[in-house]
Amino acid sequence: MRFVEEFRDPALAKGLLARIDAAARAIGATKESPVRIMEICGGHTHAIFRYGLDRLVHEGIEFIHGPGCPVCVLPMARVDEAVEIAEQPGVIFTSFGDAMRVPGTRKSLLQAKADGADIRTVYSPLDALDLARENPEREVVFFGLGFETTTPSTALTIQQAAREGVGNFSVFCNHITVPPPIKALLDDPHMLLDGFVGPGHVSMVIGIHAYDFIARDYGKPIVVSGFEPTDLLQSVLMVLEQIRDGRAEVENQYGRVVPEHGNPVSLAAIADVYEERPSFAWRGLGEIDRSGLRVRAKYAAFDAEEKFGIGYGARRARDVEEPDGTACAQVMTGRIKPTGCPLFGTTCNPETPMGALMVSSEGACAAYYQYGGRREPEVVE
Amino acid sequence: MCLGIPGQIVEITDAERMVARAEISGVSREVNLACVAEGGLEALVGKWVLIHVGFAMAVIDEDEAAKTLAALEHLGEAQETLREIAEGEGARP
Ligand code: SF4
Repeated sequence: MRFVEEFRDPALAKGLLARIDAAARAIGATKESPVRIMEICGGHTHAIFRYGLDRLVHEGIEFIHGPGCPVCVLPMARVDEAVEIAEQPGVIFTSFGDAMRVPGTRKSLLQAKADGADIRTVYSPLDALDLARENPEREVVFFGLGFETTTPSTALTIQQAAREGVGNFSVFCNHITVPPPIKALLDDPHMLLDGFVGPGHVSMVIGIHAYDFIARDYGKPIVVSGFEPTDLLQSVLMVLEQIRDGRAEVENQYGRVVPEHGNPVSLAAIADVYEERPSFAWRGLGEIDRSGLRVRAKYAAFDAEEKFGIGYGARRARDVEEPDGTACAQVMTGRIKPTGCPLFGTTCNPETPMGALMVSSEGACAAYYQYGGRREPEVVE
Repeated sequence: MCLGIPGQIVEITDAERMVARAEISGVSREVNLACVAEGGLEALVGKWVLIHVGFAMAVIDEDEAAKTLAALEHLGEAQETLREIAEGEGARP
């Protein structure tokens, strides 16, 4: 029996691996005909590689890495627009650190900063609002990025700016939502998935019923999961047991943090400040209906798209063409592994990323690069 | 960006704005409590919360906080987040 020493609870991990083995055998999963489970969240992708879970579980289980890395799916055209805003005179452009190295067609934010634009990394949108208060003569723009975990933070910040009448603050909104891309992947006839490990912290905000359609309309199991290794093993087991028993349900493995109906204050703030865009582009996946958010008209004074006339769809440069030779789209949709990309590890590496999947530790290519080649799980027979 | 980090609420610093000071692995930082304030702000002092980009998003127990922190440290995310918090302060002019 295998177990990993660095697990907090090796005995628990060992027990879970044994039960995963049994369930995979009962289903008849083999290396040639595996059960394909997508982990949606980039944090889970990172944890799976860090702990070598993909190599510890039964060989009949294949992890497909989902689109849950917000930096990785940010379309190049939006990076270009961010750079365009940042290069305007008088602007202080603020961003989470993750987004600084994402390649645009002309340059990344990091390159724009080196070229003289006033771009600062902040930990929180509240820090950007503070900067606006401290610099009343400048326009402070925050690069609003991320799924439902970070959306409440920018919504609450905009509400606060409105309450306090901070007129020189705005958000360049690129927030996206988790359920629509899952639906798009399930509608893709090339995408053969047997079940999902659902995101933990996104679900903390939106609750678990946002995934009901996966079980009800598509007959696939989904288990919302924490990101400790034993959480992930437990969730994989729960998915397998559903498949084995012919069930398709939404289950919550992470009930200690994820309330069934989400966080009401966050949901109210999101609904107050944002509305769905008819569609939004995802790098590698293309346009997905109702998958992005924009600032509602009543908060137009805090909407950088309005302020700078740079609105989504206001210009033609919206295609999500990748640079020559990159296989980002195929990796993003689980068709090939990162190592199948001709640029992987050579031209494209974390220092000089060609594609966004290499930028963030949550991106599949960066995770493969960091752990794939050299890190073997510490297996003890 | 997607993973929260646990912190312990030390004191309420601005009740009107729902802001408190939290200790996050020995680093002190202001956090917004709006999303967890149901039971009143003072009741949160001493509690552990999961903090996302400056906002407390869920109240957790001490054991869960310890487990989450250990997992984040293993992933290198805790160090990264603490660095961002510290650098964020440096963004001040
Ligand atoms: S290795 Fe780089 S270019 Fe290739 S798929 Fe990954 S991110 Fe894209």
